[in-house]
Amino acid sequence: MTEKDKEHLKIPKIENGIVIDHIPVGRALLVAQALGLDRAGQKGPVTLGFNFESGKLGRKDLIKVEHLELESQELEKIALLAPGSSVKRIIDFTVKDRLEIKTPDLVEGLLECHNPRCVTNREREVETRFRKVREKPLAMKCIYCERIFLESELTLR
Amino acid sequence: MEPLSFKGKDIISMNDMSLDEIRHVLSVAGDLEKKSREEMMAFAPSTILASLFFEPSTRTRLSFEAAMSGLGGRVIGFSSSEGSSAQKGESLWDTISTVDQYSDVIVLRHPDDGAARLAAEAAEKPVINAGDGSNQHPTQTLLDLYSIRKIRGSITGTSIGIVGDLKYGRTVHSLTSALSKFESVSMYFVSPESLRIPIHVERELKDGGVAYSEHERIEEIIEKVDILYMTRIQQERFPEPAEYEKVKEIYHLDAALLEKAPRHMKVLHPLPRVTEISRDVDGTGFAYYFRQAKNGVIVRQALLGLVIGVMQ
Repeated sequence: MTEKDKEHLKIPKIENGIVIDHIPVGRALLVAQALGLDRAGQKGPVTLGFNFESGKLGRKDLIKVEHLELESQELEKIALLAPGSSVKRIIDFTVKDRLEIKTPDLVEGLLECHNPRCVTNREREVETRFRKVREKPLAMKCIYCERIFLESELTLR
Repeated sequence: MEPLSFKGKDIISMNDMSLDEIRHVLSVAGDLEKKSREEMMAFAPSTILASLFFEPSTRTRLSFEAAMSGLGGRVIGFSSSEGSSAQKGESLWDTISTVDQYSDVIVLRHPDDGAARLAAEAAEKPVINAGDGSNQHPTQTLLDLYSIRKIRGSITGTSIGIVGDLKYGRTVHSLTSALSKFESVSMYFVSPESLRIPIHVERELKDGGVAYSEHERIEEIIEKVDILYMTRIQQERFPEPAEYEKVKEIYHLDAALLEKAPRHMKVLHPLPRVTEISRDVDGTGFAYYFRQAKNGVIVRQALLGLVIGVMQ
């Protein structure tokens, strides 16, 4: 049995749906929650894998979801929470295509500002807005309090 | 090149201002100094400034109010959130949207980081940030730059010593970041170990190729600087009172210490001072801090005139 076959025994292949691979370790649960995959009412099974071996990353997380389509806002969430991960669309057990994930230059209403004194955390009904200051490694700046947050510090609101 | 246009512009953060824009504000302020009181009063006779101070700041507030009065305009507003609609639970957005109907320009001081940016989104009239939490205080930085330019004729090539609370001091971060836009500025930072400049400021200086060094005593640098920028150790920013007690009187500039300074050197301070500058410095030719406060009025008049659109 090849190493790849062994890997497939750990986490089953899916017939139709989405595979989010090469998620930085420790971020799969956040991504799953952000996409609402932890809630009841999914069309198909959702499998989460933590801490798998990866040639590229050393260790990685991954998510496989049957019968899922992703909208552009959801791809944006993945780009923010798990930059560098790859998103593949699976049809009939094979990779149909790869969806490009790219952090937009301006992210509105999605991220949380971790500065407790920031006006977005103090006033009611203020949407957060972050501007990208660097792509790799990802760094986003709150346009209100002007604090810069690094990749590992980003969470959704 | 397109001419710079300030009409209707908000002044929120030094990070929004280009070097050309900074230079333009300083040059407009310089021109105002040549005008008579009557000429100044003719600039904005029917203009109303809303001065909204959600936290107390005597100096900045009075400076803005003096600036607007000197341009012939009038001032409405409040000087603390006590008794204001904010205390009744009104959102900042609503307060600003309302005051926007009564005034031509809004000056805001607020305890929350980013409040000025939010206010600028709510208002159609220009908003000037007079300090938002620990974030920005652009008019202080502009008046500091104006003072340096006035003293030396140019900011380029200045050697500046910055002393005191370099960790929590908002004015320090904003000033260093603005100074690093100018060429050949050398900075000497003087602070106790616990109040050193934060890593993100250091990173910015390194990225900008700025020459700087760190010290613990004023004596180490006093012979080398053109400007000595003193700051107060801010008790209110310390999480631990014991930490404040250790360093609160660590720096004390007096006339004796200034004997080693070059004759042309000037001492700046954003004020208020506590014990870091002795009263005996006031009478020496080194003291510039009260003059600096006066410069604040001129610089704020230039900014008001530019954003209202009565100056070009």
